[in-house]
Amino acid sequence: MKHLPILRAGRPYRSLTRQTLTDIRNGAPVAEVSQANGGLIARDLLGSAARQKTLAALDMATLIDACARAADLFLEAELPLDEASGTTQTRDDFLADQSATTGLPRVLCERNMEKIATALRLMPDILRGLSRGVDLDRVTRDYRREADALGAILPSNSPGVHSLWVPALAMKVPVVLKPGAQEPWTPMRIAQAMISAGFPAEAFGFYPTDHTGAGEILMRCQRALFFGDARTVDAWRGEGRIQIHGPGWSKMVLDGQAVDRRESHMDVLVDAIAANGGRSCVNASAVWVPRDGKALADDLARRLAEIQARPLDDGAAQLAAFANPKLAELLDQRIEAQLAEGGAEDMTAKYRKGPRLVTCDGCTFLLPTLIWCERADHPLAKAEYLFPFAAVCEVPESEMAARLGPTLTLSLVSERRDLIEAMLDCRHIDRINIGAIPTNRVRWDQPHEGNLFELLYKRRAVQREPV
Amino acid sequence: MKTLQEKVAEGRERLDAQVREVVNWHFDPDTGTPFWLEYAAKLDFDPRDRIRGYDDLKLLGSFQDEWLRRIPVRKWIPQGFANQPVSVFETGGSTGVPKCRININDFRVDYELFSETLNDETFPKGADWLMVGPTGPRRLRLAIEHLAQHRGGICFMVDLDPRWVNKLIKSGNHKEFMAYRQHVVDQALVRLKAHKTIKCLFTTPKLLEAICEKVDLEALGITGIFCGGTEMNAQFHRFAKEELVPNIDFVPTYGNTLMGLACHKPHVPGDGYTITYYPPLPRAVFELVDPDRPERTVDYGETGRVMLTTLTKEFFVPRFLERDEGERAEPIDRYPWDGVSGLRLFTRFQESVVVGVY
Repeated sequence: MKHLPILRAGRPYRSLTRQTLTDIRNGAPVAEVSQANGGLIARDLLGSAARQKTLAALDMATLIDACARAADLFLEAELPLDEASGTTQTRDDFLADQSATTGLPRVLCERNMEKIATALRLMPDILRGLSRGVDLDRVTRDYRREADALGAILPSNSPGVHSLWVPALAMKVPVVLKPGAQEPWTPMRIAQAMISAGFPAEAFGFYPTDHTGAGEILMRCQRALFFGDARTVDAWRGEGRIQIHGPGWSKMVLDGQAVDRRESHMDVLVDAIAANGGRSCVNASAVWVPRDGKALADDLARRLAEIQARPLDDGAAQLAAFANPKLAELLDQRIEAQLAEGGAEDMTAKYRKGPRLVTCDGCTFLLPTLIWCERADHPLAKAEYLFPFAAVCEVPESEMAARLGPTLTLSLVSERRDLIEAMLDCRHIDRINIGAIPTNRVRWDQPHEGNLFELLYKRRAVQREPV
Repeated sequence: MKTLQEKVAEGRERLDAQVREVVNWHFDPDTGTPFWLEYAAKLDFDPRDRIRGYDDLKLLGSFQDEWLRRIPVRKWIPQGFANQPVSVFETGGSTGVPKCRININDFRVDYELFSETLNDETFPKGADWLMVGPTGPRRLRLAIEHLAQHRGGICFMVDLDPRWVNKLIKSGNHKEFMAYRQHVVDQALVRLKAHKTIKCLFTTPKLLEAICEKVDLEALGITGIFCGGTEMNAQFHRFAKEELVPNIDFVPTYGNTLMGLACHKPHVPGDGYTITYYPPLPRAVFELVDPDRPERTVDYGETGRVMLTTLTKEFFVPRFLERDEGERAEPIDRYPWDGVSGLRLFTRFQESVVVGVY
């Protein structure tokens, strides 16, 4: 069986504690993943400062060139998986393994792969976007580096998020990665591609581990990214050194005029809700309109209900399967219980002509679900689930900004200046798209999902006595 | 020289004899334990007549952990020890209200027996000890000090409240958790640096890691480490031997309030790091049983839930289903009775119990 080692400053380590990853379709073992004990991680982190120097020794242009090479290697090369056993991984192996253990259809795995490669290729644009045009050659002089290593507690739901930590290496900060339990594949392959492209192996820590090990990373890295559900990440909120990536509660907001032209916005709305299997925090989980909400919900539900569960290797697949079928059952039951409270209606129910929870090719899926809520404070109007799920509700335009609440991405389909100004003034929104842009659309020259540069560097003054 | 088979048979005879002696004591109206005397009154047989060996303990059914939570503690004191000074020790409380057990001299006997398994070169007689670990209502508080004294040493103590640690972890109070851990480690370092006579250390896996971050224990003169108090797996055992304390005698141990102290199969280089524990027969015995049918003992190498029986005149616990599971291990020459390998929290409890936090 394949084995994914721990990478201790780039050196593979086979742990005596290993977790078996299985194919969610049939339970067949796919790989063993070495698990790091917390003390091992803590011990390795003592050497972070020395390892940072291996990156610091390289100039920015060299690192950016290496990122471009890594993009191609990540996409196409046969890369090491476990050097100790000589195991390698081709592109096809990667796609097959990732799909099998996460439930993400192969076609979506490919799209996420392309997204990461794009991030590596466009590293100069990303760095300019994150730093707002700072002269990269002067970064280490004009800015103070805040960490010897960036910790990252990573998720299993969507491989595309790995594009968020990659720029740290180009910014000369090593990474200490705790992969999601089902998805160690992407961070390992990125690390191997970057090492093969010329990054020092010492800059990569890869530590599959439990919650204790994750705690060690969060406590000991001066800066960290933490992806997780609301309950998990809440304990770490309020620490400026940890950038939290919890639920996105991303929203599509349409003004009255946009509602009148709703047919022309349907593709954007479907994309925002269902792209990437609806698994991303940038997928919209709410659609707010000032009027005609139920009619819009009906139109949108009809479109969403066209998306069917398909086998993971079907080229037309749009839905991701649940790696844990019990979670799908629980979510289905929770939605039904919340509907039973009244004030909400599952608009997709009449179009899908069957249960929300279905099985296909040995996998469990939840079919897209669009809810009409009579009030914006209904529990379903504030829910976010790991499949294409959203609630439509009516909110007066004058109240939208004040009632928005935490919103990772807001797409505002409006040309009304007062509404745009109100949203720009709202402190709850991380990223604003103005116009008919799906919430999941990323521009690489803009900061998205937090600003890694501002997390890792702080502006400082350097004064020198005149000669 | 006796064969292993002969030793196993002898061990079994000693176990059956112990069962008879302990049952006779606890169910005797003159010496017996109030709880067991009341229990016997509801049976249609006298346990002293029918229980002639370990297998007959099934007649008493399974010991319920609730009894140790809600039965008044004095009902567990055998009348034969009525005028003895009694200590009460508590379990960690990780599965609910802590369980209590009374103790008079058992902990001393357990640790004296364990002392015989320690290497006199690495745990020198007369050397002083440092105990950094859970104290309070736990048996370790007195037991480690007794072990040190039994070996002619003095025991320095740094206390740790694992229930507070548990609360900090559960409430997500990471900063306070780190501060508390540092507070404990700082106290340990002061004692290690100030008292050069300390050669032996008792601590938990997590605290050992934290101490080793700050100092080189070998350079400070530590030659033997007795590690326990919480869950420990093969990976930690290897990490300790290879990286944390490579030149120090590292002894992983499993003990609990109800059983006493188990010994581990001595580590042989090249033989892997799986930790196999053997109970202190005949004072306690493990049986690895099918979780769904506890009357079935699993085969050697098969995973089972630990069923513990404690057999001393102070305390009688027949067939108690522990919170742990592991693989049934074969008898070895040094310990010719069943052991358990890969001991870990019972899988079905893993969602609800926080362990190994200290």
